[in-house]
Amino acid sequence: MHNSWLFIGIFILVAGVFPALPIILFHIFGPKRQTPEKLETYECGMETVGQTWVQFKVQYYIYALIFLVFDVEIIFLYPWAVAFDKLPLLGVAAGVLFIFLLADGLWYAWQKGALEWS
Amino acid sequence: MTDPLALLGDWLLNLLAQLNLPPGLRQVILYLLGVSVIATVALVITIFNTWLERKIAARIQDRLGPNRVGPWGLLQPIADAIKMLTKEDTTPAAADKVAYNIAPILAVVSVLLIWAVIPFTSQWFGTQLNVAVLYIAAVGSFGVLAVLMAGWSSNNKYALLGAFRAVSQLISYEVPLFLSLLIPVLLARSMDISVIVEKQATLLEMYVVAAPLAALLFFISSVAEVGRTPFDLLEAESEIVAGYHIEYSGFKFGMFQAGEFMHTFTIAALTALLFLGGWQGPGVAQAPILGLFYFMGKSFAVYFVTMWMRSTLPRIRIDHMQALNWKILVPIALTLLMLTPIVDYFTKDLGVLFSAFGGALTLSWRFAALLLTNILVTLAAIEAVRRNAKRNFVERSRFPERPVARPPREEAA
Repeated sequence: MHNSWLFIGIFILVAGVFPALPIILFHIFGPKRQTPEKLETYECGMETVGQTWVQFKVQYYIYALIFLVFDVEIIFLYPWAVAFDKLPLLGVAAGVLFIFLLADGLWYAWQKGALEWS
Repeated sequence: MTDPLALLGDWLLNLLAQLNLPPGLRQVILYLLGVSVIATVALVITIFNTWLERKIAARIQDRLGPNRVGPWGLLQPIADAIKMLTKEDTTPAAADKVAYNIAPILAVVSVLLIWAVIPFTSQWFGTQLNVAVLYIAAVGSFGVLAVLMAGWSSNNKYALLGAFRAVSQLISYEVPLFLSLLIPVLLARSMDISVIVEKQATLLEMYVVAAPLAALLFFISSVAEVGRTPFDLLEAESEIVAGYHIEYSGFKFGMFQAGEFMHTFTIAALTALLFLGGWQGPGVAQAPILGLFYFMGKSFAVYFVTMWMRSTLPRIRIDHMQALNWKILVPIALTLLMLTPIVDYFTKDLGVLFSAFGGALTLSWRFAALLLTNILVTLAAIEAVRRNAKRNFVERSRFPERPVARPPREEAA
């Protein structure tokens, strides 16, 4: 019997081992002559100033918010896409209406200026 | 015609049967072998592609490319790997050690896992999932996590800036990617990639005929998803040194590169499978092994286009990159997604429009209608962009002129 999910599970393990192996070899065989200067943060030779983990541009956050809405709702569309031709016309119309509401949300975000990079 | 891989599989089964193992363990061993073969194939293709890409980029830019190590420089990737082994493994003192070391592994894992569901021929595939497309979407999107972990844990401002850019780009382009991924699912009524390929039996039944615009959207957004030129803002050397992998050295850096190369070929393979018919081609029904050549041929053809783009196009600006995604690609994808099911629903029973060469070229009414829809959406999109550009041009020229710096007037004594 073919068990797809067992196969995927084993694949995850092997896929983890494949890249880990050269990295471990590299860690063992690579030269190690570390000095405090070498382990400093590399910012083009300048000494790093202050904290790295600082406040960032808010636009990144807004894109993440819009993405979240879309991503979650697109996932709902996949089961509908598989079965839509077996549905009555109303079912197809409901799916299209759902996508229309998504598009409407994008239009709202656009008009609110959430998509401007300034 | 006998299938060499099936022959090998039978031989292995017999060998395992002689060992008297419990059936569960036997299956795990078989899967382990199969998985290792697929992962090795993916890695070998990646290693070959690093050479191919340098060679082709060199030819496009009127250079020779690698030609010293081995015939035509074919051993160059191996020389590169040995060189990477001799580099020093450094973890910056300020870095978050755990996340820093897991990130390069995750970068490869997220791509390698996609290969579990890629069918090479009608018989050769890792596994046949009935939710393969959803699986690809889920697995592919956790490459973002590797980028974020690398950028955040390096404790370096350039790395963090690179990671912000990378994550905002990757998650933004995931939206049109998933939306255009829905179109083949809609057309095939299945999320299983093998079924999607089986439905594209003849030349005019390929989904690139029914949905050329969706294929283009998928291709553009997956190129952006890989972060290759012209969307390589995440590692813009001239602005943020190297982006999120600035602190990595040797093989850890190599893993990010390997992940990128593998991802590029993977998206080429996915484009070939979802829109170009994968292993379908003349004579496949008689000899399934031919399918491997068709699949690889189509994949490398798409891969060549990405290489061509890489060595031709300049990098685009970050605001243009985001505007292209949210103001052009996503609205087009949503429009297409609203029209495709409606057109499909009303034309699915209409039958054949024309048939030639004994059924080798068969165009159904359904595909003709879908093609027409795609062309109309494309024209409408081009017209909308053109009008918008015109309006913006007029608005900008209405602004008052900026004050110009003049030499200081001489003060009266």
